[in-house]
Amino acid sequence: MTENIIEVRDLVKHYPVTRGVVFKKTVGHVKAVDGVSFELKAGETLGVVGESGCGKSTLARVLMNLEAPTAGQVLYKGQDISKLRGGALRRLRRQIQLVMQDPYTSLNPRMTVGDLIGEPFEIHPDVAPRGSRRAKVQELLDLVGLNPEHINRYPHQFSGGQRQRIGIARALALRPEVIVCDEPVSALDVSIQAQVMNLLEKLQAEFGLSYVFIAHDLSVVRHLSDRVAVMYLGKMVEIGTEDEIYERPTHPYTQALLSAVPVPDPTLRDNKAIIRLTGDVPSPISPPSGCRFRTRCWKAQDVCAQEVPLLEIRRGSDHPSACHFAEQREIVPTHEV
Amino acid sequence: MSDILVSEQSAPGAGSGRPAGRLLEVEDLRVEFRTRDGVAKVINGVTYHVDAGETLAVLGESGSGKSVTAQTIMGILDTPPGFVTGGQVRFHGKDMLKMSGEERRRIRGEGIAMIFQDSLSALNPVFTVGFQVAEQFRIRRGLSRSDAKKRAIEMLDQVKIPNAKGRYSNYPHQFSGGMRQRAMIAMSLALDPEVLIADEPTTALDVTVQAQIMDLLGELQRERQMGMILITHDLGVVADVADRIAVMYAGRIVEEADVYELYGKPGHPYTLGLLNSIPRMDEKGQELRTIKGLPPNLMNIPPGCPFNPRCPMAQPVCREKVPPLLQIGASRASACHFAEELVSRD
Repeated sequence: MTENIIEVRDLVKHYPVTRGVVFKKTVGHVKAVDGVSFELKAGETLGVVGESGCGKSTLARVLMNLEAPTAGQVLYKGQDISKLRGGALRRLRRQIQLVMQDPYTSLNPRMTVGDLIGEPFEIHPDVAPRGSRRAKVQELLDLVGLNPEHINRYPHQFSGGQRQRIGIARALALRPEVIVCDEPVSALDVSIQAQVMNLLEKLQAEFGLSYVFIAHDLSVVRHLSDRVAVMYLGKMVEIGTEDEIYERPTHPYTQALLSAVPVPDPTLRDNKAIIRLTGDVPSPISPPSGCRFRTRCWKAQDVCAQEVPLLEIRRGSDHPSACHFAEQREIVPTHEV
Repeated sequence: MSDILVSEQSAPGAGSGRPAGRLLEVEDLRVEFRTRDGVAKVINGVTYHVDAGETLAVLGESGSGKSVTAQTIMGILDTPPGFVTGGQVRFHGKDMLKMSGEERRRIRGEGIAMIFQDSLSALNPVFTVGFQVAEQFRIRRGLSRSDAKKRAIEMLDQVKIPNAKGRYSNYPHQFSGGMRQRAMIAMSLALDPEVLIADEPTTALDVTVQAQIMDLLGELQRERQMGMILITHDLGVVADVADRIAVMYAGRIVEEADVYELYGKPGHPYTLGLLNSIPRMDEKGQELRTIKGLPPNLMNIPPGCPFNPRCPMAQPVCREKVPPLLQIGASRASACHFAEELVSRD
């Protein structure tokens, strides 16, 4: 159970910013992911939360080996995935699959559901020999709660939630070990969102899947995750078990983020001590020196501008936090207990 | 005509004579979309009202008709395909649906203003933000260019855009999402409207920015004693700011109640289902209690209660009779045959 399936070491992904058409020159870099390390254990769900632009989705793309990292490594069972080529790479791709956010654009409108879910078998014929594909696809449809008879329908004939189920069936087709879910439920309505979350949990229990669950909705992440990582401007600011992050957060950003989540209980309206952050997230092209959160942090001191705080276990805390002044703080419950 | 229809779907207070001073009232509104594939009945008798200084939250999932109701109030419904087939929208007691275009235009902005979810497409990309705010002062108030600019900068300052003077000549794309939303609020409040309709104002924003914007809206509302209709699907935001809540499903109001009552004890199985399906901190790892099935196709709404195919409490009567929105208790109305039962059980 405690075996590391994926290990990420000092991962960096920068995108060049260029100026000029003919004589292109690089004028800077978008530091989308800037030194992130974590591991994913077999059978667990690691939640990744953060606001837009914090690098969550770039992280997903690098984990999927869709982008080569600028520096650092992603190890799958000890192998550096960006070094794999040919057959070894193809075998790896089977093991890590992706569920995307937008079920409307991630499915080809001109392919039937059967073709969409069966397409992975074209590339990996060893998983399902030609004759058995239709049966396999129908089995998958049944598994994700769709009617197996709808195999010849097109994506537009399904609702948003059903399309997300098609996306999940496609990700499951090759029986992967890891599924990276990039905001899988944020485009869905509340009642449908709950159905898809239940499905993800059921599939995890059934197949022993590991999830990297990327989302901006903190209550969704808490519901599904065993461990949670909080990202801000390309850095991981805090990581710990779901309980450590939500009950005993020590990084000011995590505390502010949690306190800003509206609680679906009007009786807590007046006794909420909400931490109001001022301003916007700085540009990832020229992030602040030292701690990247210091420009919006109420605790910022001179040291914050000079020294980059490391993600490590600090005094008075039981899990890694990247703040010079990490400490627990009474925060409001994000839901009635 | 309206008096007969009131009995079918009536909001609390609306049935027993109209109290004077209702700022904005929607009564038995019906809207359909005539498309190539058929007629979709998008709004099927919606009644609600908002008074000065209060916040009415309209809660519902996509396709429930909450935005179309707002568009009809503003008179920006796309016709065709959308057609109003019945009902009234009264502002200070006058039916806006019977007004001339010129009369409605006068109400827009000064009487009722609206802010939208997607600020990038709601602002004109080829004019500066400042120009778009100032334009209203020039055209509607007849101010000179320089006076209008002064007023626009004041407005931008009021919505807490830092360095409003410098930001005046920026284009929308130079603003961040939160700043654009502020600029749109400045635009909509420029003519000091009595009612503000906010259609999912924070859905596209991050939580920390969402908190800032909701604070700002609350502050401006208190200062100006505006009535606000907040359209959203976020049960958390609603709990924070609403006075009353109207829950919509398949183009109807299924429940309308005071915010504390609604969260304390939902009076409609749909509301209950919604509240149960949000992930709760204290039940981690357990299966979420979902609402089974899908919202109905609006071209083919099931007979009886539109929620009956998904309702765990459905009885034969639910498939035959449309439940009227009836008053239960002092500050609550529910359109469920078994509302009393639902509220009285533990």
